[in-house]
Amino acid sequence: MRLLPYGDRALLVELADTAAAVSAAGALRADPALADLLADVVPGARTVLLVARPGVALDRLRAILPGQKHLIGAGNGAFDPGLPQREVTIPVVYDGPDLADVARLTGLGEDEVVAAHTGNAWQVGFGGFAPGFAYLVGGDPRLHVPRRDQPRTTVPAGSVGLAGEFSGIYPRASPGGWQLIGRTALVLWDVDRDPPALLTAGTTVRFEAADG
Amino acid sequence: MAELAELLVRSTGGPVLVQDAGRPGHAAIGVGSSGAADLASYGLGNRLVGNAPGAAALEVVLGGLEVEATGTVWACVTGAPAPLLVAGRREPPGAVVALRAGQRLRLGMPATGLRSYLAVRGGIDVPALLGSRSRDTLADLGPAPVAAGDVLRVGRERDGEMVVDAVPPQSYDARPVLRVVRGPRADWVADPAALVARTWRVGADSDRVGLRLDGDPLAVVPDRGQLPSEGALRGAIQVPPDGRPVVFGPDHPVTGGYPVVGVVVAADTDRLAQLRPGEELGFRWA
Repeated sequence: MRLLPYGDRALLVELADTAAAVSAAGALRADPALADLLADVVPGARTVLLVARPGVALDRLRAILPGQKHLIGAGNGAFDPGLPQREVTIPVVYDGPDLADVARLTGLGEDEVVAAHTGNAWQVGFGGFAPGFAYLVGGDPRLHVPRRDQPRTTVPAGSVGLAGEFSGIYPRASPGGWQLIGRTALVLWDVDRDPPALLTAGTTVRFEAADG
Repeated sequence: MAELAELLVRSTGGPVLVQDAGRPGHAAIGVGSSGAADLASYGLGNRLVGNAPGAAALEVVLGGLEVEATGTVWACVTGAPAPLLVAGRREPPGAVVALRAGQRLRLGMPATGLRSYLAVRGGIDVPALLGSRSRDTLADLGPAPVAAGDVLRVGRERDGEMVVDAVPPQSYDARPVLRVVRGPRADWVADPAALVARTWRVGADSDRVGLRLDGDPLAVVPDRGQLPSEGALRGAIQVPPDGRPVVFGPDHPVTGGYPVVGVVVAADTDRLAQLRPGEELGFRWA
């Protein structure tokens, strides 16, 4: 673990890998010693940004953080979000326009791509692209593929994609560069729902193949 | 108790958005803080009309807003010093004014600055989302931009009496020098000191998401590869491969993939919100 400066209101905690960042973010969010000090905990792919509440000196965070055992112990590769486990099953019609490309890039058959995507449980890692979008981590490593060379100007809501080590579902129609392998009818973001996001921090996600 | 009043929006000039103190704490579901771009001016307006902290106000870019009250509404304008016309009478910005039923308040073009805040006693009452009435322009969340013909209800978020009649209007100096702290990825540019040595100009494509700065671009260290996405913050200065810095505003993306080489200190981010496209600014290390 490394603490990096981030202005006068925040500290950036750098960790070994995504698994460590996800578990550290969950533990930091749940830590009663930090609850009154932090305005937000922003997980990233290798980092956690800790934003202090107004009036909280960063020295107070710097004094507390090195003693937090979930940071020192983080990085063992296991996903331990430190939050009550919640599991969501997402039915997917695997007919995405990039399914053949993903099969070619991974050296798998299209049915093997589907088997790999549904075989392992994924976990909500971090957000950021749009409200309700979750970068899902912890899936089958054979599915690591680059983004598309040419992003699409419109990706329909519910599209299920892959990029790098992540899988994700577009909560609404937007431009996007992920490799699209399927689609779901579930609503990822609904402002009339509490919480509006279907996929919240710590949620375990299982995909299952559905008929179109 | 008297019926609560409404504001009828008669006309707008630049963008008019409902804003409050923002909705921090939802980064994990991809929702940023948003909130007033100039938090100090927004907060001052609420205090002047005796509102509870966090009551919603209107953020007005370069004047042009005209509203009509349906009952008595106490109001004041802070931030960019837009000249006020109240029922046809000139009033200085920073004055707490009463609008009676049928009277109109009009904001003119401020001489300096970009964003004025119209606070009304009781706050603007629109539905809140995740605890905030802020419009997040990047995420397309919160109340829709205010347009002519809208009817805005005045709320009940009063928190005390109005004890001050007026404050001196703000004015903004040319080429402000903002304090900045080295960012977590300062070593991704060849010469981080160039950030504070150079004069920057606010790009025309700047908005609440970020100020895009024109000037001699920063040289990005080649072959560093891609930075995995990491958390972003208002005031963070991100440098994309073209070397043209972007200073994040209130509607910045929750996470970003370009290196953050510096972060403007929180107290100086309000000044960022008042910079017009084409204006110059500098940085100095805090």
